[in-house]
Amino acid sequence: MALLEVKDLKVRVEEREILHGLTLTVNEGEVHAIMGPNGSGKSTLSHVIAGKPGYEVTDGQILFKGEDLLEMSPDERAAKGVFLAFQYPVEIPGVATMNFLRTALNAQRKARGEDEYSTPDFLKKVREVSKSLNIPQDMLKRGVNVGFSGGEKKRNEVLQMALFEPSLCILDEMDSGLDIDALRIAADGVNALRSPGRAMVVITHYQRLLNYIVPDVVHVMSKGRVVKSGAKDLALELEASGYAQFEDA
Amino acid sequence: MNVAVAKTGKGRAVSDLFASAEGRLPGAPDVIAVRREAFETYERLGLPHRRIEEWKYTDLRALVGEMLPLAAAPDADALKRAAEVVKAHAIAGARKLVLVDGVFAADLSDVKALASEVSLKTLREVLADEANPAAGDLLQTASTDAVISLNAAMATDGVVVSVADGTHLSAPVQLIHIATAAGASAFTRSHLRIGKGARATIVETFVAAGKASGYQVNDAVILWIGDNADIAHIRLMDDAPDAVNISSQFVTVGAAVKLNFFNMTTGAAVSRLQGFITLAGEGSELSANGVNLLQKTEHGDTTLVVDHAVPNCVSRETFRAVIDDRAHSVFQGRIIVRPDAQKTDGKMMTRALLLSDEAEADNKPELEIFADDVSCGHGATAGALDDSLLFYLKARGLPEKQAQALLIQAFVGEAIEQIADDGLREHVIGIAERWLERRS
Repeated sequence: MALLEVKDLKVRVEEREILHGLTLTVNEGEVHAIMGPNGSGKSTLSHVIAGKPGYEVTDGQILFKGEDLLEMSPDERAAKGVFLAFQYPVEIPGVATMNFLRTALNAQRKARGEDEYSTPDFLKKVREVSKSLNIPQDMLKRGVNVGFSGGEKKRNEVLQMALFEPSLCILDEMDSGLDIDALRIAADGVNALRSPGRAMVVITHYQRLLNYIVPDVVHVMSKGRVVKSGAKDLALELEASGYAQFEDA
Repeated sequence: MNVAVAKTGKGRAVSDLFASAEGRLPGAPDVIAVRREAFETYERLGLPHRRIEEWKYTDLRALVGEMLPLAAAPDADALKRAAEVVKAHAIAGARKLVLVDGVFAADLSDVKALASEVSLKTLREVLADEANPAAGDLLQTASTDAVISLNAAMATDGVVVSVADGTHLSAPVQLIHIATAAGASAFTRSHLRIGKGARATIVETFVAAGKASGYQVNDAVILWIGDNADIAHIRLMDDAPDAVNISSQFVTVGAAVKLNFFNMTTGAAVSRLQGFITLAGEGSELSANGVNLLQKTEHGDTTLVVDHAVPNCVSRETFRAVIDDRAHSVFQGRIIVRPDAQKTDGKMMTRALLLSDEAEADNKPELEIFADDVSCGHGATAGALDDSLLFYLKARGLPEKQAQALLIQAFVGEAIEQIADDGLREHVIGIAERWLERRS
């Protein structure tokens, strides 16, 4: 069943069109990779799906579980199950990570009409997940991402993904700024979250991330459109031949 | 604006006020003479206005206009309403001293519990004591201005507390000012004397009972701290949204003292805390912090003058203002370093968070340094909430207001965290959270 349907999406930023009619369908349980050169619109797509301000959708639509995502505020999208793992997670001094995680989780649950987590249940859950991601407890007491290394910030994103249990995860350049070890830990965390009810969109410039998170479908983006789609081998072809063949597409 | 006319107008209004109140103002003839002199000073100066440098941003003539008649002494109904307020605002475990409409309310106060650890009198009884030739001194202060003079002329009551040398108070002392009247004024003045080596936590709370509105508060506190004392002093100005609160504090700090001062303003149409802190003994450490949380058309002014009169003292000031709607926050911080006060270390940082395009913040740091071997500095910033942080929180499921609230709490947290006592800090955070809930 289609979880995410992007149909002929056109998006402008400050009078300049970035996406020129992008179409993409992601089904439940699938992992899609979106690859493309810098400036092809990959991050714009992820921002528009999450609801970041500053983007003007001039045409097309985005359906999530059949509902019009563009009509929803970012927090409503999160509560419905959309999760964007940021390329550059922000630092929020003065907001303790634990307090943030709990406030966010309970806000999502409240929006869905579910009971808020009790303190013991919440703590238990955080401990389990953080242990599997090799996140020390004292990191959770610090301000959100404050003083975290690049790897720690990405692991914190995966921790949230595991806690919030979204049905659609968009990973925006998760490999940027990570060494191989940090990348492996983060990717293992992501792979553990693969499930039949959950889809993932992995946005990356490089093929190497896809050695760790193996996609079902690979799309190539260029100049604001999907120009080619195929199975996971497409990523390897790109690695060999580069993006130049699509630059004039 | 015609100054002479304005002054005459206000002067006459207060003149009537003073004449009508005089019968209710406690004091032996000597004290009344001091009051008259103070009143004459006020008449000469008139209400402060924008052309008086210290009051440039808080023009009381424009903001307040007329002075209201003295509130009636509280009746049984007022005391009953005040009792409910005490319940809601008392800090757990604290010993309370309650002033209702400018009159000490013994029945609402923990007089007995306090008597075992401190000497306690009311201002009224000290001023009325004809055998005390120095009673009039209680109405004198190291410096004065129009509102302080008016306070000296009109003060009806207050507390006079003395903590003996070496006494460690077992619980905080909470002075609760409650307004129950509408359209009336209360003038209070308190003296707190902390002995050498003593330890105490003093909290001042300003609140309104349900029906109180449009009232005016003019309070003065004279705090003297002996050598080696360790003091936490917290003020919570949580008045009714249409009230006026003008508070003046005179603090004299001895040697090797630790003083942790905090003020938070979360109410009143017009408020000003003016604190004059003199570091008069060597080796003392002052931490002075504050938060203004303002909305609608509220005007909140925090003015601190820290006077390094002797060498080797440290002062740190951290101030935060959160300003919504068309509110206006003022922070004036002056650090004076006297010629002899070498090795002074004084720093001041103030930051304003503007939540609306029409919000206004005025930061005025002033350094007056007359010694050459000192380390002093100040910084000031003003800005809006960071959009990238807001989006991150919203993308994690926090609705707009909740995301803002979390960032606002973090912003003021740096000042509130300076309060060492967990229970008190939680109390203060609770008031800040209620302010956030009032935003709609």
